[in-house]
Amino acid sequence: MSRGVLATEKRGVRELGAEEKVGWDAVPQGVVLNSFDNILKENVSHVKPEDRDYSDFNSYTATVASWRVIKPVYNRDICIDCQNCWVWCPDTSIISRDKQMLGIDYDHCKGCGVCVEVCPTNPKSLLMFGEAQELEDALAMWPEKKKKAK
Amino acid sequence: MAKKFELNEVEVWDGNYATSQALRQAQVDVVAAYPITPSTPIVEGYGAYKANGYVDGEFVMVESEHGAMSGCVGAAAAGGRVATATSSQGFALMTEVLYQASGMRLPIVLCVVNRSLASPLNVRGDHSDMYLGRDSGWINIDAFNAQEAYDLPLCAFKIGEHLDVRLPVMVHQDGFTTSHKAQNVRPLQDEVAYKFVGDYVPVDDMLDFSRPVTHGAQTEEDWHFEHKAKQHKALMDSTKVIDEVFKKFKDLTGREYKRVETYYMDDAEVAIVALGSSVETATLAAKQLREEEGIKAGVVAPRVFRPFPYDLIRDALDKESLKAVCCMDKSAPGGAMGALFNEVSAAAYTTQSRPMITNYIYGLGGRDFSIDEAKRIFKEQKAHADAGHITTPIQQFSGVRGPKLGFFETKRGN
Repeated sequence: MSRGVLATEKRGVRELGAEEKVGWDAVPQGVVLNSFDNILKENVSHVKPEDRDYSDFNSYTATVASWRVIKPVYNRDICIDCQNCWVWCPDTSIISRDKQMLGIDYDHCKGCGVCVEVCPTNPKSLLMFGEAQELEDALAMWPEKKKKAK
Repeated sequence: MAKKFELNEVEVWDGNYATSQALRQAQVDVVAAYPITPSTPIVEGYGAYKANGYVDGEFVMVESEHGAMSGCVGAAAAGGRVATATSSQGFALMTEVLYQASGMRLPIVLCVVNRSLASPLNVRGDHSDMYLGRDSGWINIDAFNAQEAYDLPLCAFKIGEHLDVRLPVMVHQDGFTTSHKAQNVRPLQDEVAYKFVGDYVPVDDMLDFSRPVTHGAQTEEDWHFEHKAKQHKALMDSTKVIDEVFKKFKDLTGREYKRVETYYMDDAEVAIVALGSSVETATLAAKQLREEEGIKAGVVAPRVFRPFPYDLIRDALDKESLKAVCCMDKSAPGGAMGALFNEVSAAAYTTQSRPMITNYIYGLGGRDFSIDEAKRIFKEQKAHADAGHITTPIQQFSGVRGPKLGFFETKRGN
């Protein structure tokens, strides 16, 4: 199954909740989670997520793909790069670079369908399919443009 | 740079003003507050210092006490020294966020001017709000007069912010009895007070962009218990730092605070355990009874209510001479013995002498607690001591009109 665009060897590599269970004496004080093991020397907002050296306590390294039963499929041929899906996705799982839509982060997408709901194209550039559906097959059964009803 | 405040060696301050001066001298970064009687003058005074250039920090006016404590949590997580004040219903509205602050290990100082909880609505002093917050994971320190309402917030910053503690601290004072009663207060000069409190040392502050952190994470059954256990241990272990800070404060000012204060306890046969301004009433009663009737009365007062000083209470009560102890709870007990009775009984059960212990509910909604009533209670304890068993119901009400109220009997007398 595809993990989506820009998957790295750090992204979504562990199931959420599969961490080593340490004792009370080893948990971080105040339930504080550090996103990086090291002290950063540059402003991390200038570094793309796929280039960041996240710690195991950042959700970037965890996957919630198993929570999903349906998934959004992205059709590049119809998309107008309006960024609506990127704005509305509640889990930062729409990947866009330089205002060009690249696709879905399937390690973190939970299949809520908001991106499909807000897509303005005709037909939509994102549609929900069963989790087991191959991406190529989904794209092959994409619907035609709908005519306006008079 | 904030202006220096001219202070005399002795000032005439009420408890609220004394506390507001302590907050000013600690150079708090953020005060987020919502006014409520009788604590309003604390933040009102602080706002005036801010408006007049005596404070560099920020004052945030919020829409409620829930918002006030939420603002404090945000500012503390961001990495600032933070304080606020409240009472009663406002405290109740803050309660949800109190647990967030302690779980997140944010050393906020909350000045609580104790007032009863509705219904019926009442603005006078009792300890309902203090008791409502007692399981919230905060260190609880109690000031009995205006001087202490100045001294103890200074200590509270130093205790809570200590890197071995990192817990929020409440400093309580009695509504009106302490908060609105002008008394002589000996303040420290600004630079001396600030030097005692020290610079704030941020921990996991969100404004440190070189170490991005997540605060306020969710944990379920697989992690929650460990975090609460670690938090409880930090609270229980804070006693060491509390003792150290009280010692440093004594070295600086000559004013000595202990986690448990005792008065006339060396040879006491009967004792009252109480909190707040009633401690001074009971102490006067004990002194007079000793002089007038030769009754060996003493007083025990937990200065620190949380973490509860079981060890020092045990030591204070572990005397062969001590026969009967009355725990005074200034909060409606809601279907149980009073909290002080429960805690003190647990401590006393570990002593060799195991004195008899009774419980009085008193002073609700600001009902006056007089020296004469304290004497009557001491004498009743003396009657228990002479009889060798508790001669009244274990829980009674002091100062309420109508037929006598009493609950729960001892079996040790038969």
